[in-house]
Amino acid sequence: MKHTLVALVENEPGVLNRVASLFRRRNFNIDSLTVGRTENPNISRMTIVLDSNVTRVYQVEKNLYKLVNVISVQEVTQRPFISRDLALIKVVCAPEVTATAERFGARVLDQTDGMCVIEFAAEESRVEELVEALRPFEIVELVRTGVVAMGQGGVVTRVEPDWATA
Amino acid sequence: MKLTGAEIIWECLVREGVEYVWGYPGGAILPTYDALSKYQNKIKHVLVRHEQGATHMADGYARATGKVGVAMATSGPGATNMVTGIATAMMDSSPIVCITGQVASGVIGSDAFQEIDITGITLPITKHNFLVTDLRELVTTLRKAFFIARSGRPGPVLVDVAKDVQNASIEFEYPTDAIRLPGYRPAQSASVQQIERAVEMLLKAKRPLILAGHGVNMSGAERALLTLAERGHIPVALTLLGKGAVPESHPLCLGMMGMHGGASVNQAIQGADLLIACGMRFDDRVTGNLKTYSPNSKKIHIDIDASEINKNVKVDVGIAGDLRTVLEQLLPHVPVMQHDEWMSEIREWQRDVDHRDIVNQTPPTDKLFAAHAIRDLWKATGGNALVVTDVGQHQMWEAQYYLHERPRTLITSGGLGTMGFGLPAAIGAKMGCPNDHVWAIVGDGGFQMTLTELGTAAQENININVAIINNSYLGMVRQWQEFFYEERYNATPMHNPDFCKLAEAYGIAAIRVTNRAQIPEAVAKAQSINGPTVVEFRVEEADIVYPMVPAGADLHNMIRRPNNIPDFTESH
Repeated sequence: MKHTLVALVENEPGVLNRVASLFRRRNFNIDSLTVGRTENPNISRMTIVLDSNVTRVYQVEKNLYKLVNVISVQEVTQRPFISRDLALIKVVCAPEVTATAERFGARVLDQTDGMCVIEFAAEESRVEELVEALRPFEIVELVRTGVVAMGQGGVVTRVEPDWATA
Repeated sequence: MKLTGAEIIWECLVREGVEYVWGYPGGAILPTYDALSKYQNKIKHVLVRHEQGATHMADGYARATGKVGVAMATSGPGATNMVTGIATAMMDSSPIVCITGQVASGVIGSDAFQEIDITGITLPITKHNFLVTDLRELVTTLRKAFFIARSGRPGPVLVDVAKDVQNASIEFEYPTDAIRLPGYRPAQSASVQQIERAVEMLLKAKRPLILAGHGVNMSGAERALLTLAERGHIPVALTLLGKGAVPESHPLCLGMMGMHGGASVNQAIQGADLLIACGMRFDDRVTGNLKTYSPNSKKIHIDIDASEINKNVKVDVGIAGDLRTVLEQLLPHVPVMQHDEWMSEIREWQRDVDHRDIVNQTPPTDKLFAAHAIRDLWKATGGNALVVTDVGQHQMWEAQYYLHERPRTLITSGGLGTMGFGLPAAIGAKMGCPNDHVWAIVGDGGFQMTLTELGTAAQENININVAIINNSYLGMVRQWQEFFYEERYNATPMHNPDFCKLAEAYGIAAIRVTNRAQIPEAVAKAQSINGPTVVEFRVEEADIVYPMVPAGADLHNMIRRPNNIPDFTESH
């Protein structure tokens, strides 16, 4: 089963390296890992998707906590949450391509030299469906950001104003 | 007052209560070594012969005293030479701080002379590490380094300081506010529910057993653990690093568990209906085959590191917290109990072990067995020495035949199994505990990996005794070859130098022991000399550490010592 973890980390050089090194060292396989800024300039936010059993996910969580720069880790999968994966798909232009994009609610972002770039942000599985639908039209290039996730409503992952001090 | 970065490093060390720094100078750390002149009355620097030695000395000091050990080296090869020592400290949760010089910040990344990415290299083998390229961050970073090293589950921290940071000056003010580490919150105590569940299991148990590990000593939980054992009438099995957690002469102390543990101890683990694991991590060397490990027991696991809970062995109650705190939470709920039937069953197993034990047999007087050498060393030192071992057969014999009554009196590389650890760690331990008789027990193989530190011991006149258990083999590997590789002794016989002459070349007194009768006098003489000594024990070449659980085998399927002592001269 897929599990999505959200980790808040100190915005410092080398933190991504520490997290990546941990996954490699402990032999944790990850589906995707994204990192970006948050509402707080000192904090970065990572979304980590794992295809693992619960015990393994617990281990990942506990090991992430051991990293000094990791402030909090939450598994959002347990509670109501939304997630998005952003894809840019370059396809040889054809009327069916535009039609397929429209059917999915994706946007044609660019048309140059006979190629279209389609932009699509949706749940991971929905992105995969679009990619499959476009495959017959010769996909020239494809890039995806990996999943970002957020709890719904009151399910909030952020750093409390009174950061624990030692 | 304006100070240079180099001076600030020493100022911080003084404020952290550092007594000793073990290190080796070089280009990128030279400004700091230059500033040492001003601090020599406050901190003693010890020049080692190899940076690995510095890290093991800091480690030995840390394990003997519970304080943070400090090692220092230059960039590049100086820093990479520390890697083995840092990894050793990491695997055994030993608090050390390593300070390395780095090339000037402006040239980092240019492959400058002696530049190496040591924070990158040590990332997976440190608890945390830092690269300091801004002088304004130096004080805060060093404070964090010491705090992280000694708190929670202790471990090594490396601070890499660019050379220009050491040279530059800044107004120095030592902060008094709390250290800010928002993501660092070591586990503390158990919840009420966890204690309730643990007590419930304890009250139901008919065959309970405590597994005591390194965490007992690290959290100072010896008293609480002994109270639990005595009040609950619960026997205690020790991990290698748990030796000293309870006095080994105590009737409830069963001795060491695991691959070379007592057969009766492993039988008790397999037969228990409740395991209370205290500050240990179910390493593969103590569990054997996980599928058949202690199959009928409920398990309570108390450890400071939450990621150890359910890592190897699935437990019924996992408590992440400081062991002493958790035991003190537990104790008020523990009534006086009796488990006489269980204890007498264990005693029966112990009788069989005693019957087979080589120390209870009388071999020919012209032969010296390592087991006897170590048992006699135990007797001759009154069982009260601080022993530091290397890694291999002698290490296991020490664990079996040197009984420890006090915590922090056996220092040994358990997790990483680092050959070459013994001699330098003994130097550090002795400097930390000058009033203890310190014995380094080493094999002829491991000793030769770091024997260069005899130079350090001689120069500083460190009063340690080095017992070389010399069987002219890499004995533990040889043992595996005998059991599992059809006696193909590839790359294990050793042609050794004359260790006594070697010691004498360093100006170190040396004694050779070739039979059992010489041991008491040799030990007494070695201990009477004020300065380092070497005692070489020429032991049987082909002896085996019994019992043995083959790697990955069931814990109860041990290879036991045959009832009679074999005549090894014929097997050659």
